[in-house]
Amino acid sequence: MNLFVSEGNPHCLKALAALEATGVQCGVQFVNQDERVVPFLSRPTLPALALPSGQYLFSSNAICRYLFEVNGQECSELCDQWLEWEATVLQPALQQALHMAVLQGKSSEVSKALQGPINVLEQSLSKRNAPYLTGDSVSAADLVLWAGFFPVLSDSSLTLGEHKSLKAWFDRVAAMTACQSAAQKVLQGKGLQGMKSYMQKQPAPQSSQCRETQPCNSNSAEEEGGERVVSEEEMEAAALTWSKGLNTCPPATKKQHPILPQEGKRNVLVTSALPYVNNVPHLGNIIGCVLSADVFSRYGHLRGWNMLFVCGTDEYGTATENKAREEGLTPQQICDKYHAVHSSIYKWFQIDFDYFGRTTTEKQTEIAQDIFWRLHERGFLIEDTVEQLRCENCQRFLADRFVEGICPHCSYPEARGDQCDKCGRLINAVDLREPQCKVCRQTPVIRSSKHLFLDLPKLESQLEQWLEKSTSTGDWTANAKQITRSWLRDGLKPRCITRDLQWGTPVPHADFKEKVFYVWFDAPIGYLSITANYTSKWEKWWKNPHQVELYNFMAKDNVPFHSVVFPCSLLGAQDNYTLVNHLIATEYLNYEDTKFSKSRGVGVFGDMAKDTGIPSDVWRFYLLYVRPEGQDSAFSWADMALKNNSELLNNLGNFINRAGMFVTKFFEGCVPVMELQEEDKKLLALVSWELQQYIQLMDKIKIRDALKHILNISRHGNQYIQVNEPWKKIKGGDSERQRAGTVTGVSVNIACLLSVMLSPYMPAVSQTIRDQLNAPPSCINTMLEDNGTFVCSLSAGHRIGAVSPLFQKLEADQIETLKKKFGGQQPEDEPPKKKTTVRNAASAQSAAVPAPAVAVEVGTVNQVDPEKAKQLTQAVAEQGEKVRALKAQKAEKAVITAEVTKLLDLKKQLALAEGKNPEPAPQKGKKK
Amino acid sequence: MALRELSSLEKYLGQKKANKYSTQGDKKVPVLQNNNGPPLVGLVTIACHLAKEAKRPELLGDTAESRAVVQQWLEYRVTKLDSCTKEDIKTVLKDLNLYLQDKVYLAGNQFTLADVFMYYGIHPVIVDLAIQDREQYVNVTRWFDHIQRYPGVRHHLPPVAVLRNRIYTSRHH
Repeated sequence: MNLFVSEGNPHCLKALAALEATGVQCGVQFVNQDERVVPFLSRPTLPALALPSGQYLFSSNAICRYLFEVNGQECSELCDQWLEWEATVLQPALQQALHMAVLQGKSSEVSKALQGPINVLEQSLSKRNAPYLTGDSVSAADLVLWAGFFPVLSDSSLTLGEHKSLKAWFDRVAAMTACQSAAQKVLQGKGLQGMKSYMQKQPAPQSSQCRETQPCNSNSAEEEGGERVVSEEEMEAAALTWSKGLNTCPPATKKQHPILPQEGKRNVLVTSALPYVNNVPHLGNIIGCVLSADVFSRYGHLRGWNMLFVCGTDEYGTATENKAREEGLTPQQICDKYHAVHSSIYKWFQIDFDYFGRTTTEKQTEIAQDIFWRLHERGFLIEDTVEQLRCENCQRFLADRFVEGICPHCSYPEARGDQCDKCGRLINAVDLREPQCKVCRQTPVIRSSKHLFLDLPKLESQLEQWLEKSTSTGDWTANAKQITRSWLRDGLKPRCITRDLQWGTPVPHADFKEKVFYVWFDAPIGYLSITANYTSKWEKWWKNPHQVELYNFMAKDNVPFHSVVFPCSLLGAQDNYTLVNHLIATEYLNYEDTKFSKSRGVGVFGDMAKDTGIPSDVWRFYLLYVRPEGQDSAFSWADMALKNNSELLNNLGNFINRAGMFVTKFFEGCVPVMELQEEDKKLLALVSWELQQYIQLMDKIKIRDALKHILNISRHGNQYIQVNEPWKKIKGGDSERQRAGTVTGVSVNIACLLSVMLSPYMPAVSQTIRDQLNAPPSCINTMLEDNGTFVCSLSAGHRIGAVSPLFQKLEADQIETLKKKFGGQQPEDEPPKKKTTVRNAASAQSAAVPAPAVAVEVGTVNQVDPEKAKQLTQAVAEQGEKVRALKAQKAEKAVITAEVTKLLDLKKQLALAEGKNPEPAPQKGKKK
Repeated sequence: MALRELSSLEKYLGQKKANKYSTQGDKKVPVLQNNNGPPLVGLVTIACHLAKEAKRPELLGDTAESRAVVQQWLEYRVTKLDSCTKEDIKTVLKDLNLYLQDKVYLAGNQFTLADVFMYYGIHPVIVDLAIQDREQYVNVTRWFDHIQRYPGVRHHLPPVAVLRNRIYTSRHH
């Protein structure tokens, strides 16, 4: 056994003292403080004890505990407690104190930093009246705490003068030979200076404040309320902006179709990757493409940019032919059927396309063939023969998806013609072992067939030039850049653009008249043809790179087609096409713990979302809240309920509702006069800052991050109301009433700002809020101007409308039912539209279903007892915590019900004590 | 948070009656009122006490060495892990990953309280990791998945999928 220590390290003091006190047989080795003794720790950590088993102990407290135990003195519970206290409470304070004393020369600050821990120790020692911390004999705890205090007590302004018990204990321990000898070895009489080089290597202690704002280990939403320091200037600037009031210029005009680029405006063309028609889109498709693009398009419109948002279904290709065969329909019938399904789903999700088209149109043929001929004329197409599998029985060449066989890499028996699902490797269909035609199960033969290839290598340098410019001036997500780079790094190869199929855009070349374009060549051209079906002046968008900025939204698997292949087609065609300026790709969204599978009924597909009874706005909110932005994320029912209940209901909805209710109940529905004080200006500054962050992030399409700032504002607002208690002040004297007025007025204006910021995310709720507040339409463009300007848009005297709650609670049992329903356990034949636990069939408008759950009761006065109210508030909070804990643990229902009853009773008492209407809010589901 | 961990531990230990806890200070350090003496303070201290009460001393390690190792990781949890910043977390994961390379549990081959509480503490970190990172810290992920599936441990925390589940299909090629 060997103990490794270094000079000047206070933790080594503990270990050495313990070693000497216990007399355990063990070698001691002094090493340089930078030596990495413990093999698995990346930072040098000392002391370290190499145990006989070969394991290492690197915690000084664990070392002390071990040495005492080997010597027959096991730690008592009290000893455990002191050791834990030392590690979690004393050490952080000591780090702070030593940092100031040793590195900053402020030894006078030491006693302040250590005041708390010293008091705790003094109290405990004087109460117990024993010579040592845990009783009559020395324990590991005594040595560990002694070693903590020894350096600062030996050499700083810190004295233990009035802390008599502590002083007596410290002197008693310090007098032990073990301690004296350890101190001499580690500090060599140099006092604090002996620790200087050790301290320099330690990370600067974090102040408790910055720790709270940068937690790695917490739910960001709950902790981001950490106070930001607001400067005087910020407060004054915010107050000045506030006083400016609304713009006189008219709000963003209603869209006039067809939208065309305008001189002197920011003209933004937004596309969302075209969803493939043969399937119902799932949540991943929705968040990855259309919903993200929709939020940005709505936002741009509110910012006053000239936006055009197009999308449509991608309808050609083998998968459609396959599906048609399965359902016994023609490909055209399949497309018609599923195009309608897609349309209605996006409509339900309130995806506000300017035009939602499809790729099976004449324009598509016209434009695709034009691009083809231009590429052909310019020598960017080459001919080659390809070996392909052909099923003689079905009389056709087999597309990759129509072949199955044994994977040549991993021998997985059901590998597809393009990829193996087991090992994930890409496969050339002719390399499959024992290939089978998926349709008739016959063995296909290898035939060669002539095809056309896009000569990507020839276009590579042009492409790189353009990419260099686009990625450096535009907003490309990191994954988009990285995927593109890796494609270029591997070198481009010619890519086949033709297929032996019927369902596709025909290749116009006489030598290839039996063939169609491969979907990857064809599909992106859909953006152009869909726009052409929207307006005959489509070239003003697509052949106008100087006036138009193009944003492409997609999931990351689509990146190479948008960043490499399609740009090459357009560059090669040399017709001044608008190329992508900003490429926004999401990561993957995972679903709970299992795989999404349509066939097994697992997961949520677009058409089912509305059957959940959860409003479209709430779906949008949650999907955007977990948007896989920068990293993968997961959809979970429980989390959705949690976010709905904690963020929408208790935070956002609660704040907006309270603000409105105060105006209604206390000020007859008219916004009161506001006299801003220091505190109000501080709040304005905080809110303005959040608004500015929101705008910066939205401009950069950080949609998920921007959403957090909206929620921060309502958190600030709730806190502000909580601290100022307008419901109490309104009953006070003139100045108090005036204060209640200001707080109410500021709050209701923040509610108005929130409605504006929410608009891209939750359009229906946003509109409901503005209707309730009777907000002037110009509030939108005013507040989203420039970097964001938070003005007073509901001035004194403004009459608001009827206020009602915005959100409804999602109950655990409801969520549990949904989880089961979409978890694949249900028999297939169950009627899909059955709404068991679902209340309020959802529609786009039902986001504002009146739900009394958060209604703030502001009834008539009973006997108000503030002291009792305070106690009861505490009791309610504790009981609430208990109920939540029980629910989280999935305790028995009867137990929960009993505790909930207690909680409701406490709340009733609290309401009485606060002088509110004690009638409990009506139960959910029973509409008033 | 700490209280939930303790109540999950009680369930794991099969205690019928839940203990009453209060908290102390801004950091909400848990406190257990103790009939046989002064109250116990601190997550680790209380957890060890519960394990002893439940006659499950093996959860604290069965040799002096393993007991010290268990305590060391419990301390690591409430100090290093609980107070680390976003940058530190990479180091923590890297170190743990290396440490767990040749171990099933934190204390070697035996499941202990160190696993339970490290799991509780690291759960939010793992939740936040991108799938790629989960793959990078493969030993941590493997250990984490093992512990979350350990009968009776998970309780208050949602399960984390550690394997890649695509819900997007690659089309177009």
